[in-house]
Amino acid sequence: MADRIKKSVGLYIHYVSIHVRSVMEYKTSFWLTVMGQFFMSFNVFLGIFFLFQRFHQVEGFTYQEVLLCYGIVLMEFSLAEMYARGFGEFPGMVRRGEFDRVLVRPRSAVLQVLGSKFELSRIGRMFQAVVMFFYGVFKSGVEWNFLKILTVLFMLLGGMAVFTGLFWILASLSFFTLEGLEFMNVFTHGASEYGKYPIGIYGNKILLFTTFVIPYALVQYYPLLYLLGRRTHWIYMAAPLLALLFLVPCGVLWRFGVKHYTSSGS
Amino acid sequence: MITMEHVCKSYKIAKRNAGFGEACKSLFHRKYEEIQALNDVTFSILEGEMVGYIGPNGAGKSSTIKILSGILTPDKGTVFVDGRIPYKNRIAHVREIGVVFGQRSQLWWDVPVIDSFELLKDIYSIPDSMYRTNLEELTERLQLQELLRSPARQLSLGQRMRCEIGASLLHSPKILFLDEPTIGLDAVSKLSVRDFIKQQNKLHKTTVILTTHDMQDIEALTRRIIHIGKGRILMDGTLEDIRQGGENMDETIAELYRSYDIYT
Repeated sequence: MADRIKKSVGLYIHYVSIHVRSVMEYKTSFWLTVMGQFFMSFNVFLGIFFLFQRFHQVEGFTYQEVLLCYGIVLMEFSLAEMYARGFGEFPGMVRRGEFDRVLVRPRSAVLQVLGSKFELSRIGRMFQAVVMFFYGVFKSGVEWNFLKILTVLFMLLGGMAVFTGLFWILASLSFFTLEGLEFMNVFTHGASEYGKYPIGIYGNKILLFTTFVIPYALVQYYPLLYLLGRRTHWIYMAAPLLALLFLVPCGVLWRFGVKHYTSSGS
Repeated sequence: MITMEHVCKSYKIAKRNAGFGEACKSLFHRKYEEIQALNDVTFSILEGEMVGYIGPNGAGKSSTIKILSGILTPDKGTVFVDGRIPYKNRIAHVREIGVVFGQRSQLWWDVPVIDSFELLKDIYSIPDSMYRTNLEELTERLQLQELLRSPARQLSLGQRMRCEIGASLLHSPKILFLDEPTIGLDAVSKLSVRDFIKQQNKLHKTTVILTTHDMQDIEALTRRIIHIGKGRILMDGTLEDIRQGGENMDETIAELYRSYDIYT
């Protein structure tokens, strides 16, 4: 088992190194995309900035607290888009018949699909996220201790899992239909947009949905309350770990999709 | 080596008439038509054989290849390849086969071909010594020396096909599936690809199954021909059986298609 994991990680790194080498062939294009990614999220940041120039508080959250929250979400989203882009582009892979090639190779299909794409240019967005995050860390008035640092790590882990799961669902659905999959963007990009502000401010219905259906609040709202010292129960800290379970139904859906593919061939 | 018995496979295909109104209608109520891609297909292939698998477009050639390579699960019938059921034990199965899709590349577009080869070494977990011997042999026989260090996007179609074939043989597969390997190649490249396949079969006893529309491929490479149309095996015989209709292969085959009324 350990050996298998080691081999899989090794292969994944090999895929990544090929993607990096490919990107280096088109340096200008790469740096332009990185800049584009940066400015895109910089605009969002400006939106928040000007909003707070007027209102100072949103439902009891200060500017610095919101930046801390958004910094973490944007980091999760950029990372997930970097390594799980293969899921995002999977519909095209199915359309071009390239999934056949995946199936005739003696490795797990998920590993090969993830390896098929690595979006290095997302470091532009990542940079913006890191800046906001550190600004939030130092200015939000949080008293940092070991448990709170751990909470941030949990948030990153859980958040990446949720975004990965959303991309995974998108990929699995493309086994059944290739039309209208754009609606999934509501959840992927939509989630990162909503994630600018603590989910709680959107009201109870959204909060319930993001607690039990797509466990977005588990990785953002609840642990944030713990970080800011508004809740102290340990469950708020561990909530992001619960969100890891989201990957289970995603994996089941994927398996179901692969089975459908091998019996219908389209 | 390979046996297929009474294999059936059908697909559902969505159908609608032309026009915007019809397109809207199909959003809510879609009509499906069942298409019998394979209908009671039975044949067996021995180790070291080279078999040409021919038939018009949509006859069921690629469905057969997909079933044999473990991509598709048949509806009915039994399939054994080298003692394994391809679609039951995918990973163990595909370790032993090589597949070349003539119309789709498995090389990475922007990095030197050798980088793609190295990745394949990792994917198939090929031991170092075996990789080195195979690479050396394939480089020489396919004349890849000059090509390995260029990115795939800079290669001509013929050069790329040679690299594709090399890539699919790095792990010493016992069976090689070639799906239209000479499509779009110029005369020189075609000849060199054919020569190589012949040699591979002789040197390593690799079982080769070849689908093509190019009758010269068939003439040059295979003695046995399996002819499929509308999902049924129409003929399983030798080159001579087909030749009886006359010397021109293309005309004979076209005549054959018409006589079975499979070309609709």
